[in-house]
Amino acid sequence: MADEWQAKLDLYLDGELATEEMRALDTHLRGCASCSAEVLHRVQLKRSIQTASKRYAPSAAFRRSLENKIAMPRARRIGWDRLVLALACILIAVAALLVYQGRQNLNRAQLYSEVADLHVATLASSTPVDVVSSDRHTVKPWFQGKIPFTFNLPELKESEFTLVGGRVAYLRQSPGAELIYQVRKHQISVFIFQESALGGGLAPESSVTKKLSFGIETWTRDGLRFIVVGDAAAEDIHKLGDLLKTAQQS
Amino acid sequence: MPLFDQLYNFAHWLTQNREEAEDLVQETYAKALRGFASFQAGTNFRAWMYRILRNTFLTSRTGLKSALTSPLDEEVHSLEAATPQTPETILIERSNQHLVQAAIEELPIPFREILLLCEVEEMSYQEISETLSIPMGTVMSRLSRARGAFRGILKQKLEGA
Repeated sequence: MADEWQAKLDLYLDGELATEEMRALDTHLRGCASCSAEVLHRVQLKRSIQTASKRYAPSAAFRRSLENKIAMPRARRIGWDRLVLALACILIAVAALLVYQGRQNLNRAQLYSEVADLHVATLASSTPVDVVSSDRHTVKPWFQGKIPFTFNLPELKESEFTLVGGRVAYLRQSPGAELIYQVRKHQISVFIFQESALGGGLAPESSVTKKLSFGIETWTRDGLRFIVVGDAAAEDIHKLGDLLKTAQQS
Repeated sequence: MPLFDQLYNFAHWLTQNREEAEDLVQETYAKALRGFASFQAGTNFRAWMYRILRNTFLTSRTGLKSALTSPLDEEVHSLEAATPQTPETILIERSNQHLVQAAIEELPIPFREILLLCEVEEMSYQEISETLSIPMGTVMSRLSRARGAFRGILKQKLEGA
């Protein structure tokens, strides 16, 4: 048997020879008895290995068990598992939102009540204001050193509002400014506090709402919370609010 | 389940134990399902599955043990037969399937697996290369040595029978 072919017999039988080499070896085998015999032996050996090696078969129980194990996680993933998890997440999120909103509403209601109480207490006091002046250039400097922030007061010469004076007020244990304005014998309190001291719960800006029959308008600007409260008409409270907003921009 | 019977047969030949073979096949399918996203469409699915099974086996207790006890190439070469009367002729005469199975069982794991992939699964050299993560040249040389070792073991068994 030619050595050059011997090395290629396994490749030939495994079908790994190139087409040209395959044809050449075919031709050689037709004329070489020893190579043909060797190929025959190797083919028989391959067949015996193939037959003997197909020896182990999985049991039906194992097949069923594995099919169930593969199918069940899929079903759970697609079905109840994820659905229940998603519903639980939604419920938790909704519950958290409701709790948060409930706390915010409660905080807002408490703040409005406290502000209304402060307004009533001021009006009931024998000395409603600590600085008595209609001049904004007198009232504003009076707060220097008494509260941890500053603010601007509007010019009221062309309006129907009159500045009565001011005092230091406390809300949630934080100092702030309370300014008293008058319009057609109605007195309106304007409270100014640091927003961070109030604990949230108030909208960034809201139009006049009623609380204990008092009209209340509130907004926030530059970290300060402005709250206008009084028994005057809602239009008057809103006008005063606009004047204050304009003054803060100057 | 695709390739279930073939994978089980291959696993049993590697582990030589029914329970371990079942565990191996089960873990192979679990890994294949988990990692199916990593399978690149258009590549050889069969080679991919066998590669998972083989890698899982190699990291198993039996696989690690076999890796430590597999004989070196020189030792395996000593098993190769050089005799005028070939094992094939003796085999034809006796047609003893049990001896063939026993000879395969005695092959070291690297030789057993490449022989089974080639002869039983009828994988091309390219597929074997992908399955075993070895170069084509190594496939050819290892397969040649595996066949030589098989013939040597078989001859010893036939002569002793």
